[in-house]
Amino acid sequence: MSMNTDNGFSPVLSRRGFLAASASAAVLFAVGGFSCSAKTSSSPLGLPPLPYPENTLAPVISANAMGFHYGKHHKAYVDNLNQLIKGSEFENTPLEKIITATAGKEDQKAIFNNAAQSWNHAFYWRSLAPKGGGEPPAALKQKIEASFGSLDACKKALLNAAVTQFGSGWAWLVADSGTIKVIQTANAETPLTMGLKPLLTIDVWEHAYYLDYQNRRADYAAAVIDKLINWNFAAQNLV
Amino acid sequence: MAFTLEKLPYSYDALEPYIDAKTMEIHHSKHHQTYIDKLNAAVASYPELQIRKAEELIQTLEKIPENIRTAVRNHGGGHANHSFFWSILKKDAAFKGEIADAVVKSFGSYEKFKETFASAATTLFGSGWAWLVKDGGVLKIMTTANQDNPISQGKFPLIGLDVWEHAYYLKYQNRRPEYVEAFFNVINWKTINDYYLAIK
Repeated sequence: MSMNTDNGFSPVLSRRGFLAASASAAVLFAVGGFSCSAKTSSSPLGLPPLPYPENTLAPVISANAMGFHYGKHHKAYVDNLNQLIKGSEFENTPLEKIITATAGKEDQKAIFNNAAQSWNHAFYWRSLAPKGGGEPPAALKQKIEASFGSLDACKKALLNAAVTQFGSGWAWLVADSGTIKVIQTANAETPLTMGLKPLLTIDVWEHAYYLDYQNRRADYAAAVIDKLINWNFAAQNLV
Repeated sequence: MAFTLEKLPYSYDALEPYIDAKTMEIHHSKHHQTYIDKLNAAVASYPELQIRKAEELIQTLEKIPENIRTAVRNHGGGHANHSFFWSILKKDAAFKGEIADAVVKSFGSYEKFKETFASAATTLFGSGWAWLVKDGGVLKIMTTANQDNPISQGKFPLIGLDVWEHAYYLKYQNRRPEYVEAFFNVINWKTINDYYLAIK
């Protein structure tokens, strides 16, 4: 994955997600879509725009939950990070480099946490699509079948990772050399620092699902995998 | 069944408006119950563990069989922490007794204690708990991740505040500082004084 933009993401679009969302979100995208111009004047590392309107993941994820998750939580990580790096060696450093430079360093934990959460959330939004779910593109599907035996087994592993991550964290589909794997990470931890290539992620912090599902994390994760997972995005990341 | 969910000693709406009834109901009847169910599953093949208290299990985690140690730490901790949490909640209890004297002596003033505790509870990253503990002869404020409990580190909890998002999200969403501020209105200082006297 080429990671050369200010917010840490390649500007490649998820075509399917983009097309599905663009009809009703023309205004959002007119300003800059996923490109590196996704900055706000006040923040050196901007809050990337959502790849679809807030209400388009309903009923799996409600507009209300999205409003808090994106507009409050994700934004707070970005804002906190900008505060923390102001005047530091990391000012003007690409997000991904901040993450790898601060990973595992006790004295830079706050920067790492906010940087990684900024990246993880932006990656999470792109891992979902209003008309997601279904089957991965052929190339990815073949690799998944080679690694897990079947797509169903892969989805089961992803669901299990999402449900059993104890406390706050993330479930991921990653590429490890030629193999596709499912992993789980705690809090802000990200595969970026583990030599793994993230393909897609599911946020299992309680704030990701509590307004819609309360304690029923399994229902949230199953619905996301069934209805929202953006396999095209995962396939693009594999290349 | 080895471990069971005890009824709350007050109604779900007893802590309104600081902690709302719906949050209390889900927190107690769903989250707490799930920790108990998973603890029971973990110790299903160990009758000798089923007759112990959850607090005892997590106090000496190193004695728990390795294959179930993480499950006991997480779900035994979840059971013990929530039972403890329910016990120290009450609206409008006066800050008094020997515990109040000890808090003022340790932190300088109630306000200073409150500020330090709130800061710990607010800044803990991820899921976990903020605690007032007795560590040797000293009162301290500390945090633990997830469902870890200070007694696993030889410290005795006097106050525990759940800052998992499930403890406040329905009412406060992302505003954890408001939940933490509200908590100071529902600290049952009488019970905490009893705990303090028991380990003094």
